[in-house]
Amino acid sequence: METLWFMIVAVMVAAYVVLDGFDLGAGAIYLGAGKTIEDRRKILRAIGPVWDGNEVWLLAAGGTLYFAFPLLYASSFSGFYLPLMMVLWLLMLRGIGIELRAHMENAVWVGFFDLIFCVSSVLLAIFFGAALGNVVRGVPLGADGYFFEPLWTNFRASGNTGILDWYTVLTGVIALVTLTAHGSLYIAVKTDGELNRRTRGIALWAWPAQLILTIVGLIATCYVQPTVLGNYKQHAIGFLIPFIVLGSLGVMIYGIRKGQDKLAFVASAFYIVGMLVGAAFALYPVVLPASTDPVHRSLTIYNTAAGHHGLTVGLIWWIPAMILALAYFTLLFRMFKGKVQLEGEGY
Amino acid sequence: MDSALLVHRIHFAFTVTFHYLFPQLTMGLAPLIVILKTLGLRRNDETYHQAARFWTKIFAVNFLMGVVTGIPMEFQFGTNWSHFSRFAGGVIGQTLAMEGMFAFFLESAFLGLFLYGEKRLSPRAHWWSAVAVFLGSWLSGYFIVATDAWMQHPVGYEKAADGSVQLTSFWELLLNPWALWQYAHNMSGAVITGAIVMAAVGAFYLLWGKFEAHGRIFVRVGVIAGLIFSVLQLFPTGDGQGKLIAQNQPVTLAAMEALFVSQPGAPLIILGQPNVEERKIDNALEVPDALSFLTYRAWKANVKGLDAFPPDLWPQNVALLYYSYHIMVGLGTIFIAIMLVAVYLLWRGKLFSARWMLWILMLALPFPYIANTAGWITAELGRQPWLVYGLMRTADGYSKMVSAGNGMFTLLGFLGMYTVLGILFLFLLRREIEHGPAPEEKLIDIKAAVV
Repeated sequence: METLWFMIVAVMVAAYVVLDGFDLGAGAIYLGAGKTIEDRRKILRAIGPVWDGNEVWLLAAGGTLYFAFPLLYASSFSGFYLPLMMVLWLLMLRGIGIELRAHMENAVWVGFFDLIFCVSSVLLAIFFGAALGNVVRGVPLGADGYFFEPLWTNFRASGNTGILDWYTVLTGVIALVTLTAHGSLYIAVKTDGELNRRTRGIALWAWPAQLILTIVGLIATCYVQPTVLGNYKQHAIGFLIPFIVLGSLGVMIYGIRKGQDKLAFVASAFYIVGMLVGAAFALYPVVLPASTDPVHRSLTIYNTAAGHHGLTVGLIWWIPAMILALAYFTLLFRMFKGKVQLEGEGY
Repeated sequence: MDSALLVHRIHFAFTVTFHYLFPQLTMGLAPLIVILKTLGLRRNDETYHQAARFWTKIFAVNFLMGVVTGIPMEFQFGTNWSHFSRFAGGVIGQTLAMEGMFAFFLESAFLGLFLYGEKRLSPRAHWWSAVAVFLGSWLSGYFIVATDAWMQHPVGYEKAADGSVQLTSFWELLLNPWALWQYAHNMSGAVITGAIVMAAVGAFYLLWGKFEAHGRIFVRVGVIAGLIFSVLQLFPTGDGQGKLIAQNQPVTLAAMEALFVSQPGAPLIILGQPNVEERKIDNALEVPDALSFLTYRAWKANVKGLDAFPPDLWPQNVALLYYSYHIMVGLGTIFIAIMLVAVYLLWRGKLFSARWMLWILMLALPFPYIANTAGWITAELGRQPWLVYGLMRTADGYSKMVSAGNGMFTLLGFLGMYTVLGILFLFLLRREIEHGPAPEEKLIDIKAAVV
């Protein structure tokens, strides 16, 4: 039962990163790719109807995590207190940046919210990457299952760690590059003409960086958290995951070069899912490794889960709720499918 | 008092109070927009569609504020109240996760269609998207109220070996009688906010002499909905909620009424300042025996005062609890009076020319917000010193690892951020109201006429 809920939460987090990832990426390239007012409006139009729904996956994943693994939620949210609060502020700024800029046709007003949207998107991508890095690296958990990490200490990835060290900064940069490519490809899918060519160009430029960072990241992970190889050694099927990751990168560059944006975008989604599943597979059944005493203090799905009755009941409502949610999203994306057109918008 | 505890309490109280300014209008406006759209389809009248579109624009900004200030609420259970989360997550994790899974997905997906899809969808499909947003926001409200109701009146749980509580009955949690009454009372309060805001803007247009056709619609829909729901707010929902408190939290009732001494034929205090030090009411204006009657339907029934309970079970802030409760009830009563007069004038066909009444309606705008806020303060202060009534004290629930300094840092951050959000919201609202519900060319005509 715990394993099932672990997979459910992992799938929801992956869905969040793939979905909100493309609008975060679109935000990151927003100022660079959107040279004209029309381009910027097209980018916003491409994500406008869906970004809020994408963000709900974060809330739904958070709620599900709270429900299934209360101690993990309590420990990690209070331990990562400062960065989480900053993520909240960035999410707020980004939300108002997207929605309020169109309320006034004033260059100063629009320019201000454009900047906020772009900067907060970039920072969020880095924060999320660093968060994943922290989870993989482990945190100084106390005997009671709690910890508190300052923002940084000495930037070493062992001992008295902070949120930011060389390893988590690296994972932050990987996330930024990955989501930049992901968002560029989404905008390429949703637009035509000059903007389509330009965003595809950004993805092409980001690709070598993504390849190199992926390899560096894998090596660094094995160095920082040697236990990640344990599950792979036990279950050889796990080695499929790195192949999926590298294969997706291959398909991505093929799609970009051939101008098949949709193929490249889907490959990018596979890459992201592959990276996340790879991390989850490596950690399982640990969900938050303790850097202090990994064997006894690490939080696992077993010592953090809610009671069995609750988990069973949850399954009964979770499945229909998920089917409904998928139906809404299918409807939503179908209604706004195809390339973005600005005509008929007024003015 | 441990200063970290105080910081975490203020942190949550401030962010949730500011947050709830927005959802109450979202939940209150959503059904009213559906009514406007329905009338537009039924009567095939473009004015109603323009009216619906106008409120949709305000709804959108308001909804956005609700979303961005709402995300921190879910996070804060873990960040600032982690010991509570660990203790109660096995139960209230259910309702909080269900809110995300059932309500947020519904709301957000259809909000996209509702705000961006009027040209792409048929009028009927667009109507359905409005209904879906309405249902989503009300469903969301239910799960949150059910969560709070469990903290007020825990049901359907058992104590586990590790000291936490775990769910034993899903339906007891979901159909907690406290949740049903609190939800009815809360949603009725939200509709009152929506109705008064709509009537106030309509009254403003009529007094201003612009967009008068729309203004009349706003006032009419606003006062009719306002009357229905301000009556429902008192009876049966407020009455039902009050009885639950009397039965299950008698010490809270005593503190709300500032009844320091147990007595038969307890008076109902209308005005007066509680003097907690000397355990009496200063400058009291009271109705003899009325509290006994309202609580037990018997004029001489004995009502337990605060002296019947040990002081460490008293809500810690008796004065604020007393004031917030009296502000809520007092404003609720005033709303009924205003709406009765307004609907009477509407029925006689005199409302739109009764400028004095339009002034009252316009100036009523901030008061439902105050009443709703005071109501929530009553509920949450009344539960003190408990975080989960009878099971966990507030002093045991906060994040012990997050120091007062770190809590203060983010509290100040939220203060700054919400100041900016509040200013932006008011600024945009003023623009939308000034811009009005009429199409562009009409506005230019009006401007030319004014010049």
